[in-house]
Amino acid sequence: MSASRQNNNGRRPFGAAFIIALGLAALGALLIWQGFALPDKSGYAGIGSGAAPKAIGTVLILLALGHVYSGLKSTALPHPHQNWGAIGWIVGGLLLQLVLLKPLGFTIASALLFACTARAMGYKKFQVSLPAGLILAFVVYGVFDGLLKLNLPASVLEHLVFGG
Amino acid sequence: MESFGFLMQGLSTAMDPALLFYALMGVTLGTMVGVLPGIGPALTVALLLPVTYGLDPAGSLIMFAGIYYGGMYGGSTTSILLNTPGESASIVTAIEGNKMARAGRGGPALATAAIGSFVAGLLATLALAFIAPTIVKLALVFGPREYFALMVLAFVTVSAAFGDSAMKGLTSLFVGLALALVGIDGLTGQTRLAFGVPQLLDGIEVTTMAVAMFAVGEALFVAARIEGADEKVHAISGAVRMTTTDWKRSWKAWLRGTAIGFPIGAMPAGGADIASFLSYGTEKRLSNHPEEFGHGAIEGVAGPEAANNAAAAGTLVPLLTLGLPTTATAAIMLAGFQQFGLQPGPLLFATAPKLVWGLIASLLIANVMLLILNLPLIRIWVKLLTIPRHWLYAGILLFATLGTIGVNPSPVELVQLTIFGLLGFGMRLLNYPIAPVVVGLILGPMAEQQLRRALAIAQGDWTTLVSTPLSATLLGIAALALIVPMLMRARGKGAVLAQIAGDED
Repeated sequence: MSASRQNNNGRRPFGAAFIIALGLAALGALLIWQGFALPDKSGYAGIGSGAAPKAIGTVLILLALGHVYSGLKSTALPHPHQNWGAIGWIVGGLLLQLVLLKPLGFTIASALLFACTARAMGYKKFQVSLPAGLILAFVVYGVFDGLLKLNLPASVLEHLVFGG
Repeated sequence: MESFGFLMQGLSTAMDPALLFYALMGVTLGTMVGVLPGIGPALTVALLLPVTYGLDPAGSLIMFAGIYYGGMYGGSTTSILLNTPGESASIVTAIEGNKMARAGRGGPALATAAIGSFVAGLLATLALAFIAPTIVKLALVFGPREYFALMVLAFVTVSAAFGDSAMKGLTSLFVGLALALVGIDGLTGQTRLAFGVPQLLDGIEVTTMAVAMFAVGEALFVAARIEGADEKVHAISGAVRMTTTDWKRSWKAWLRGTAIGFPIGAMPAGGADIASFLSYGTEKRLSNHPEEFGHGAIEGVAGPEAANNAAAAGTLVPLLTLGLPTTATAAIMLAGFQQFGLQPGPLLFATAPKLVWGLIASLLIANVMLLILNLPLIRIWVKLLTIPRHWLYAGILLFATLGTIGVNPSPVELVQLTIFGLLGFGMRLLNYPIAPVVVGLILGPMAEQQLRRALAIAQGDWTTLVSTPLSATLLGIAALALIVPMLMRARGKGAVLAQIAGDED
């Protein structure tokens, strides 16, 4: 539900209201469908595990109707232009970390996220931000994996320094 | 006075050097992160949750509480010197505090905020200690229907009562409630909405959600604003101390702020932002210098700062005695308790009195530590405000993912982090409140279980929900809290409510 809701909203709340309404209605319908799909084990209560999805789904659909109503009523307001490139850098950084976490380990994957985020905020010197991210992620790995017993994914770099 | 005895015992527990060290760590980290602009107590606790995984329960809970209190203290510094509130409860502080800083009175503003927070934190923590046993006794007569009614009330106050639109608040709440359904149903063991993904069987983690919404969402929001020069930090001019006049003008405001803040926090009546707003209004009305308001009146800093700290202590009352989180921060703290298999509530006072009273006592100690951290050492924290934005947010995202990876290094969690981060960004962009999602996510399953238990006891008779005076009253208040603000908005009086809108706690 959130994908369609995220990509198109923003510039005009007027249009955004309809997109949100669509997202809410879809989510509501999904919940009602799943609510009915569950085998009924209501017992003494008279309602089972399907009741809450149905009820919440219904309210979501009502809220979708509310959004349609307010979208028709209100006029479009000028909305500040958003910097979608910056969003791309951060989301890209998060996905890069996700993909590289296992093969390259926490330190390198997180350093890349660090540099991408800095780039999103307008800092373009990767030759500075990448080493800075590496050092920070490395210290964080040492402190959390070593001292605080948090189990972080390790790979070449971590094994090299801390041993297998 | 049984509380007194328990508190003394708690103090002897809390004086353990290891626990003192955890408290000190907590308040230091809390202040540090709380000072950073854009990070409130909710995110501070969520970000620092992984720090405590390897520690013992008592130590980590004391650390959480220290982080919470420290975050509240730290936020005021940012508001005063930067005019960007460090946390939403400090928005009001920013009005007068920043004016004082511009007028070269940043020192006294910081001092009255710190001492006011101390006074309020101390009094409110004592109030917590003395009121808790009574509520625990009361809670013993609570059945599922009373708990359900209380949760409904909490839902309404956190989502629809304040803010600029009830519909937006309810939308956030119900998105949270919908996400809360994912996973195994606690009563029948049936799987709901997991769509065959094994990682979803446990449901959506509150901490993942909170970190995604508050940290990733905020980072995206800040990055997406094109115009965005860093705000100017006002150097602290003069010593961080107050003149005799400042003291005279502050002390009543501190006490009034405490008196306003604690009950608001303790009842499910909204969080610290509402308390600080009401306190500001009160000070403005009662002041002998009304003309100074808007130009740097010290009461306008003293009152709200005391109120928001008192409210923070107040929210611990329902959290510890009933297991009921009424703010986003409390919801994350509850997740923290649960990670050690502890369920706050009346039983915890009976089964782990040493832990509960040690925690309450350590809050008193944390307060003293915070006073020291925030008065003589304030200049160290102020340096944090000069960190450039790109390094700051790069670091925040690194820590945000660290928590998720450390608990559960599965791609599913990280994908959730990204998706909910985008959701949080969209909600910020379009002015949907964030806190109801988090509160809905954690309270939703609890409310559902209580409802179904209540109905099972009554053999499916829905009138059971209003069959005791207490549950009927609670549901009645919840209905009023939903309807009255809607009428106020319809009559064009919504501006007041919009101002009280709080995002984080």
